[in-house]
Amino acid sequence: MELLSGGEMIAKALEDEGVEYIFGYPGGAVLHIYDALFKTSKVPHVLVRHEQAATHAADGYARATGKPGVVLVTSGPGATNAITGIATAYMDSIPMVVLSGQVATHLIGEDAFQETDMVGISRPIVKHSFMIRRAEDIPATIRKAFHIATTGRPGPVVIDIPKDCTRPDAKFEYHYPETVKLRSYAPAQRGHTGQIRKAAKLLLSAKRPVIYAGGGVILGESSELLTRLARKLNYPVTNTLMGLGAYPATDRQFLGMLGMHGFYEANMAMHHSDVILAVGARFDDRVTNTVSRFCPGAKIIHIDIDPTSISKTVAADIPIVGPVQSVLEDLLDILESLQEKDPKQPDTAALGRWWQQIDEWRAKHGLWTGRRYGESDRIMPQQVIESLYRVTGGDAYVTSDVGQHQMFAAQYYKFDKPRRWINSGGLGTMGFGLPAAMGVKLAFPDMEVACVTGEGSIQMNIQELSTCKQYSTPIKIINLRNNYLGMVKQWQDMQYEGRYAMSTYEDSLPDFMKLVESYGHVGIQVTRLEELDQRMEEAFAMKDRLVFLDIFIDPMEHVYPMHVAPNGAMKDMWLSKNERT
Amino acid sequence: MRRIISILLENEPGALSRVIGLFSQRGYNIETLNVAPTEDLTLSRLTLTTTGDDKTMEQITKQLNKLVDVVKLVDLSEGAHIERDLMLIKVRASGAMRDEIKRTTDIFRGQIVDVGPNTYTIQLTGTGEKLDSFVAAMAEADILEVVRSGVAGISRGEKVLRL
Repeated sequence: MELLSGGEMIAKALEDEGVEYIFGYPGGAVLHIYDALFKTSKVPHVLVRHEQAATHAADGYARATGKPGVVLVTSGPGATNAITGIATAYMDSIPMVVLSGQVATHLIGEDAFQETDMVGISRPIVKHSFMIRRAEDIPATIRKAFHIATTGRPGPVVIDIPKDCTRPDAKFEYHYPETVKLRSYAPAQRGHTGQIRKAAKLLLSAKRPVIYAGGGVILGESSELLTRLARKLNYPVTNTLMGLGAYPATDRQFLGMLGMHGFYEANMAMHHSDVILAVGARFDDRVTNTVSRFCPGAKIIHIDIDPTSISKTVAADIPIVGPVQSVLEDLLDILESLQEKDPKQPDTAALGRWWQQIDEWRAKHGLWTGRRYGESDRIMPQQVIESLYRVTGGDAYVTSDVGQHQMFAAQYYKFDKPRRWINSGGLGTMGFGLPAAMGVKLAFPDMEVACVTGEGSIQMNIQELSTCKQYSTPIKIINLRNNYLGMVKQWQDMQYEGRYAMSTYEDSLPDFMKLVESYGHVGIQVTRLEELDQRMEEAFAMKDRLVFLDIFIDPMEHVYPMHVAPNGAMKDMWLSKNERT
Repeated sequence: MRRIISILLENEPGALSRVIGLFSQRGYNIETLNVAPTEDLTLSRLTLTTTGDDKTMEQITKQLNKLVDVVKLVDLSEGAHIERDLMLIKVRASGAMRDEIKRTTDIFRGQIVDVGPNTYTIQLTGTGEKLDSFVAAMAEADILEVVRSGVAGISRGEKVLRL
């Protein structure tokens, strides 16, 4: 058995865990660990410029690959800087393990230099956390952390490590456990067969069904199963913001995204449905609009791995707790046997009428069947996303920040595959896009990675342009430049009579061309619609360069549809500045 | 509606703060809280009383069960159970009140556990309601201090909360 120090055990355990990248930033409390990594580890480390970016990069990596992201930060400010990224991962159920340094055991509680109660501060935004108390516990704790982060409903796990537990002169027998036993942690392995049978019967009896699929389908690697189910039944599918790509967007049965900025046909179909099959979705307030007015005629089947997601906001008629994958497999089997017995189900005539109704909605206001946005001589933000879609052949990994650009990207980039759309859906973290794109590009160096952003968001982590230089991550940054905090401005237009309280930068924006050039990257400015496609192509033709496309768009454009609030139902939407349902 | 939730919790540092934090984070009430290690030193037994409608209670129990440190949980108020709260109450006891307080204590089957020249300390166990009634009955007396353990509870009969 090998004798290793605490620091060396961490390096070795991460290797044994199969970690491909560590995203981090050194500091006093983690120097022993960094020295051990330097001397022994085969796991590459990416030095970010701010710890928040380390968490977002690890998060982007995790979303794109399905493997846990790994972060290493120092105590105090290193730990607190990581908090926003941990909360982002927590809200979107992203597997992540965060190792934070802590002051030496004998100093804990004395307000020592760079001391902060990381376990305490992170408690509400982690799936679980550990504080190392004895160096010999390190391997087993790391194994447990990865197990908890990646199983059940995934999420971030923090391990706080006092400096003395990693000192190089104290050596211990190293053994990395293969299995984990946690008596109080056992995520469901299968759904309840009786419930699944009930769900199958209800599904087959539906006359106006909708499948409402969320991020859980992607996390649960069940896109193919979901697609099989939908096609088998010929039922329409809508995806949440987190679920985009779970069902192919170019498929005829896809209604588009639902929710606050969802497609007209998706929200209308939900509201008028009689059976909703919710899969790995959590009836978030950005989906439901007013809960008491949510889909009044619908019976709800809800499949989720996390029992707390079920009946939290909207009561489920048939709750099924279990992994999406095994539940969908069972559901498909049961549907098949039920249909063998009674081939007349589902009612194809009723379903035909339902599709006819949906097609009418599509024709009336569908996002993709006509140009829903206004005409001006400026570049419209939607046109930028359409151009990005064309130039990348719809096959890029697209990360985004938060705001109007995020919604335009979600609406207009047709994601046909899971894990291609990478955004902070739950927490809505500005500054996510660039570091996340870095993490994705490191995972898939041969794939196109675009970060759709705006001047507000990009400046929240713009320092990572330097990291991109150091590690050669030639991503493409698509900056939808409107000189406003666009979504804030939209709300101020709609609800505050156009009083733009703190939503403009006046003349203070940097010259992004010079800025990105100073980091060693390429900047391209686009001001005219005629040159948009060509510039986009030029950018993507530079395979080994990071290109920042600064695209001047119409600053007055709003994102539509938009749910009417407060007291609106799913069907109540603004369709443009002056039309509503 | 008032509920009594009893939990077997990993006897780990920070475990209690996860339970308490959950309540404040999600806006649930805790009315009483009682926690101590069990005969198995790796486990603590925690009993808390809370109020909420059925939907809230369902969320509370699910959210508690989701905590990795929560090993097992039971809603005692769903079945027959025994609940006990312990109170120590120190009152001014001089002159005619000395006898009066002694009589009331006897009626409630309390015990005077400390006697001073001018004070009594009374120990009383029972349901929360009984303790409230005793405090009300002491209205005439000069109450100096009240300390209560919070409800501890256990199911009646064969039903047990153990690993």
